[in-house]
Amino acid sequence: MTSPAILPAALRASLPVAFGYVPLGMAFGLLLVDSGQPGWLATLMGLIVFAGSAQFLAVGLLAAGTGLVEVFVTTLLLNSRHLFYGFSMLGRFSEVRGWRRLYLIFGLTDETYSLLTSTRPPEGASRSGYYLALTALNQGWWVLGCTAGALLGSAVTLDTRGMDFALTALFVVLAIEQWRAVREVYPFVAAVGAGAVALAFAGDRNFLLAALALTLLALFARYAAEKKTWTPST
Amino acid sequence: MDTLYLSGFVAVMAVATFCTRAAPFWLLGGRADHPLLAWLGRMLPPAVMTLLVLYCLKGTAFAAPPHGANELLAVALVVALHLWRRNALASIGAGTALYMILLQTGALAALPG
Repeated sequence: MTSPAILPAALRASLPVAFGYVPLGMAFGLLLVDSGQPGWLATLMGLIVFAGSAQFLAVGLLAAGTGLVEVFVTTLLLNSRHLFYGFSMLGRFSEVRGWRRLYLIFGLTDETYSLLTSTRPPEGASRSGYYLALTALNQGWWVLGCTAGALLGSAVTLDTRGMDFALTALFVVLAIEQWRAVREVYPFVAAVGAGAVALAFAGDRNFLLAALALTLLALFARYAAEKKTWTPST
Repeated sequence: MDTLYLSGFVAVMAVATFCTRAAPFWLLGGRADHPLLAWLGRMLPPAVMTLLVLYCLKGTAFAAPPHGANELLAVALVVALHLWRRNALASIGAGTALYMILLQTGALAALPG
């Protein structure tokens, strides 16, 4: 199922994510071990949680000995922005079945979503193979970072300040690629407007969720307006 | 802290995260061909990418020197390079290198005014 062209293409596409995930994962691993938790916990979370913001939040939740019900609800709320990602992946994942489908859904982080929607598999390669390779590589970088951070402990001397700008730069590049793909001003304007409103009215922690909800509203409104002659479907 | 609590904690967080990622597929799995979903699949990615850029930049300290100039210059370099050469790795690498140098040397923060 994996044609030889898939891996190099997926590796090239996922490298920018590596520059973001490795230092970010290291920061998480360092923080977790510094807070008194065992190092294996960092690796384990990278392997089965695979969610940056939730894992950073976990450091504080663990330190406070938070109850598991509260952990569940908090994680659901924090990650609820992923609900919106699934909506636009339904079509792309429709031909993938079984464990491959489960793994793609499991690995649908902000960055993986960005790459899956913005890059293309090499000519003639299977789409599901390329998607799987991208997702697995991204998770590999993340687990590598988490583990390295936990191993290094507080002995790290490398000055990585500012390296996480790679993620910002990645999203800027992907936004430009999206512009080339859709040639529509509306989604960009809607997002900036929604972002400005969310920045003004939502708290720091709720920014992404509020902005996504507002953006979705703006997109629904446009869809309804363009479909004046609405044909009710059963 | 005991291993049982830690394991339970990680399991709960893993299940909750997976639920948020899988819910749309469970709820709408059979409706992948609806025109609204097709339309969202096209319009949502550019909007989300824009939001993620804003999300990354929203922590920028505009009040303190250099008043966001590091971010502004680095983003401008990424945009310019990418429009010119369309090489994602080069655009991201150059922008990140510039940002790290500006941040770690404090070059712009030291400028008068």
